[in-house]
Amino acid sequence: MTAIAERPQVGAAPAAIRPRRGFAVGRFPGFGAATLLFFLYLYAPIAILIVFSFNAGRSATIWAGFSLEWYLKAFANDDIQRAALNSLIVATVATAIATVLATCAALAFARGGRFRGQTAAYAVLTMPLVVPEIVTAVATLSFFAAIGLSLGLGNVIIAHSVFCIPFAFLPIRARLQGMDTTLEQAAQDLYASEWQTFRHVTLPLLMPGVLSGAMLAFIISIDDFIITLMVAEAGSTTLPLYIYGMVRMGITPEVNAVSTVLLLVSVLFVSLSYLIGRRR
Amino acid sequence: MAAAGAGLRRILGLGPALAMIGVFMLLPIGIIAVYSVLEADPYGGVEPRFSAEAYIQFFFERDLDDSLVFNSAYLEIFGRSVLLAAGAMLLSLLFGFPVAYYMATQREARRSLLVFLVTIPFWTNLLIRTFCWILILRDHGLVNNLLLATGIIEEPLTLLYTNGAILLGLVYTYIPFMILPIYASIEKLDLRLVEAAHDLYANRRQVLRRVILPLALPGIVAGSILVFIPSLGAFIAPDLLGGGKKLMIGSLIQMQFSSSRNWPFGSAAALFLMAAVLAAMIYYALGPARRAAQEAGP
Repeated sequence: MTAIAERPQVGAAPAAIRPRRGFAVGRFPGFGAATLLFFLYLYAPIAILIVFSFNAGRSATIWAGFSLEWYLKAFANDDIQRAALNSLIVATVATAIATVLATCAALAFARGGRFRGQTAAYAVLTMPLVVPEIVTAVATLSFFAAIGLSLGLGNVIIAHSVFCIPFAFLPIRARLQGMDTTLEQAAQDLYASEWQTFRHVTLPLLMPGVLSGAMLAFIISIDDFIITLMVAEAGSTTLPLYIYGMVRMGITPEVNAVSTVLLLVSVLFVSLSYLIGRRR
Repeated sequence: MAAAGAGLRRILGLGPALAMIGVFMLLPIGIIAVYSVLEADPYGGVEPRFSAEAYIQFFFERDLDDSLVFNSAYLEIFGRSVLLAAGAMLLSLLFGFPVAYYMATQREARRSLLVFLVTIPFWTNLLIRTFCWILILRDHGLVNNLLLATGIIEEPLTLLYTNGAILLGLVYTYIPFMILPIYASIEKLDLRLVEAAHDLYANRRQVLRRVILPLALPGIVAGSILVFIPSLGAFIAPDLLGGGKKLMIGSLIQMQFSSSRNWPFGSAAALFLMAAVLAAMIYYALGPARRAAQEAGP
């Protein structure tokens, strides 16, 4: 019944005599506008954050002219420097650990055929993606407390290495799946040892995947907040933790300035990862 | 000989990564399972004595004379979490579906650009992206300033620290997880089916409901789960946009391990969250298979 009632609106007389090519199959009115609105919703808040990081006034929402004051202030802030250094140390070491482990795991998966327990191994490797972050956070905290592990930044590095593994693993595995084995076979036909084959054939071909995975792991580590919040001891403050503290104390454009820098680092790395990962 | 070598190499390759996740993730989850049935140490941590107190605490509180009184406070937190997560899921679907559809029907080059634009926020700092909304929503934020300046309102509206603000933050955070799976299922859709439906006098609405939606269903189910699960355990959005007053499970768990110092209760809540995630995943794993089996049946 409703279909009949609607018909006069949808297929009114002018539409009926409109030439067929004016009717794009599979196009729906309003979907384009929704998409535009969506991207505004997605990016406008970030744009506002960046714009107000250049605000001359103390307010993060009332514009008072252009200034780099807050950037200078943030860069001169000792606590921010220390937090940024901590973040860099944690992200670099965790990325290195996660990428090496993930590369070994991906090679074991892709070279050597199917094996028993493959599905289980895959489930464990991707587990950090599935378990809610807050659960990982409190579980890791409980574990460290239970075994009395207190290594300062070391605790944070261990926790980060764990959840970075799947982010490094997936791009490397994808790369390996797309690589055919003929070059490796050719190398072995030419009497290359297994190590030589790996070092001079497999690894160079795999490198884009490894780099791509490492960059994703790096961003995930440098951006992590919840797990670091629970696991970090006094003195292991990372940049996201410091930003959280600043937001809690009161909002000045200094928060915007630090946040903008961190956002740009992430966008730079994810773009690089995307470009490198796509390279043949 | 060769088989043994392959086996050894597999162990050496997979071993370290599996051990790392096993020791620092699986084992810790096991530990909180144990903690949930121990007694709380008022200074943080646990006393090694068995106690079901953590589970009792979900429903009851102890009166002065130690009798149990029904207490709905925690059930309300769980209820609110489920409602907000479901709301975030529905809004993401309503808003995300047209976007995913539009993206999937673009030319190839434009399509990959749009997908890239949707994924970028995922890789940027969630804390910072949520903080952006504080700037927009607070009493002297952009929305209120704009409305005050234009004279539409005289008093600032309370936008921040409401359920609506949390919902907005959750949708903002997780809507890409709705869009990408739906996009993937629509991208594969054969437009000739849509054409055929039109030839058979279906109007746009009928085509959408009878042809496109059923074919996009796997993407919709996957997207819904991918939005629901992280929304349920969200911490940042309720903490920053809800002001820590409108608690969700995530913030409840975090509090038990910090200011409230009740690790067993926090562990029990964390286990509950894990169980919910597991249930959703099992539903997802069995759901499509079950449906396919039913369709294949008589």
